[in-house]
Amino acid sequence: MDLLLLFISSIFVQNILLARFLGCCPFLGVSTKLETARGMGIAVIFVIVLSSTMTWLVYHCVLVPLHLEYLYTLSFILVIAALVQFVELALKKLNPALYKSLGIFLPLITTNCAVLGLAVINMNENYTLLQSIVNALGSSIGFLLAITLMAGIRERLEQNDAIPKCLRGLPLALVTAGLMSIAFMGFNGMIR
Amino acid sequence: MDFAHVVLYPTALMGTLGLVFGVLLAVASIAFFVKPDDRVELIREALPGANCAGCGYPGCDNYAEAVVVDGARTTLCMVGGSSVAAVIAGIMGVKAEAVESMRSFLKCAGTPECSPRNAIYSGIQDCRSAAVLPGGSPNSCPYGCIGLGTCVEVCVFGALSMKDGLPSVDLSKCTGCGTCVANCPKSVLKLVPRREREVMQVVCNSHWRGPDVKKVCSTGCIGCGICVKTCPEQAIVLENNLAVINIDKCTGCGACVAKCPSKCIHPVAGS
Repeated sequence: MDLLLLFISSIFVQNILLARFLGCCPFLGVSTKLETARGMGIAVIFVIVLSSTMTWLVYHCVLVPLHLEYLYTLSFILVIAALVQFVELALKKLNPALYKSLGIFLPLITTNCAVLGLAVINMNENYTLLQSIVNALGSSIGFLLAITLMAGIRERLEQNDAIPKCLRGLPLALVTAGLMSIAFMGFNGMIR
Repeated sequence: MDFAHVVLYPTALMGTLGLVFGVLLAVASIAFFVKPDDRVELIREALPGANCAGCGYPGCDNYAEAVVVDGARTTLCMVGGSSVAAVIAGIMGVKAEAVESMRSFLKCAGTPECSPRNAIYSGIQDCRSAAVLPGGSPNSCPYGCIGLGTCVEVCVFGALSMKDGLPSVDLSKCTGCGTCVANCPKSVLKLVPRREREVMQVVCNSHWRGPDVKKVCSTGCIGCGICVKTCPEQAIVLENNLAVINIDKCTGCGACVAKCPSKCIHPVAGS
């Protein structure tokens, strides 16, 4: 039951983009087309779940026994960078279409603070491995949800000619992001 | 805290982690190796390698890839011209098409003597930045060449140089890639087909009415239409107060040059 609560809360209440404000770069950069946004979201799910598992293992099986907890940032970044490289190589071979549509954004996941942020949140909250994975899965699904919603809205905004010229594109995207964040605030207090 | 705990363990740990991931990635790069299409490599070798972006792709590598992967047209490389297009068509196994050879041409003769400068511009010495000023140009004619030499800077072939405040095109170096045209904020440079023989060209870009043009430039096209009546080949038409010469009809007789009251039609040497 606790795991289910954690899962739902990480998707909606603590949405990584709209409540925790982590990983806003792809949220604005890759959300112009629904298809690319979905690809990015799926890549993020894959990377976040894998990296959370890996960083949990590295933290609890290597850093804690050696009393080197202070090295967590450095080792987490190393783990995440290696993982993203690996995902990139694998995607190039297994799904060239997705690889092409993600383009420059896949390497950018390396420096995406959502990925590192989640690893650090899992560590700070002292989650068990299972809780970490559930939290990672929920948060990344929340990422996919937010970025797909955003892309859907932006695709429609793109079609609208009545928008004043000064607001078209990024300015309106930022306003939209703010409004979406307010909407997601409504989930606050849903789960205590 | 002893030496081992402070220095040795952290170094050993990060070293080991790095080594493990390095080996993992090396194995992955072999396991997931994707054989690149060798046609991309062949086309890349056939291209001039100037990376001028005239084809619309960031560089020759990207164009080569676009031809193979996205089926981009084989005739987009202006620099290589028909010969390169034929090689690319051969590699791709499609019919070779000819590329019309183009050159860059400045539609303005407004040197500082002919067309006075309106303001002293002391901002960034780049036409693209000067063009965002109110009025669109520090010069009195908003259609004309600003003359800060952005085109000279962007030309990767060194075909442009500033002469009397205006860029001049070295025909032996110009490849018609269009980089200068794309970077000219006033669109006063344009690509015109290359011709062997001498042709006449209207060296003005202004669509203003005659009296207004006269106020800002002594050699601008005033749209009087005398050239249209004079031309024995009917090669000239007036479009929006500006004479336009169809160079395929122009025989280079020079009748219009003699009659033009503002001397804005110039004979342009062929290559």
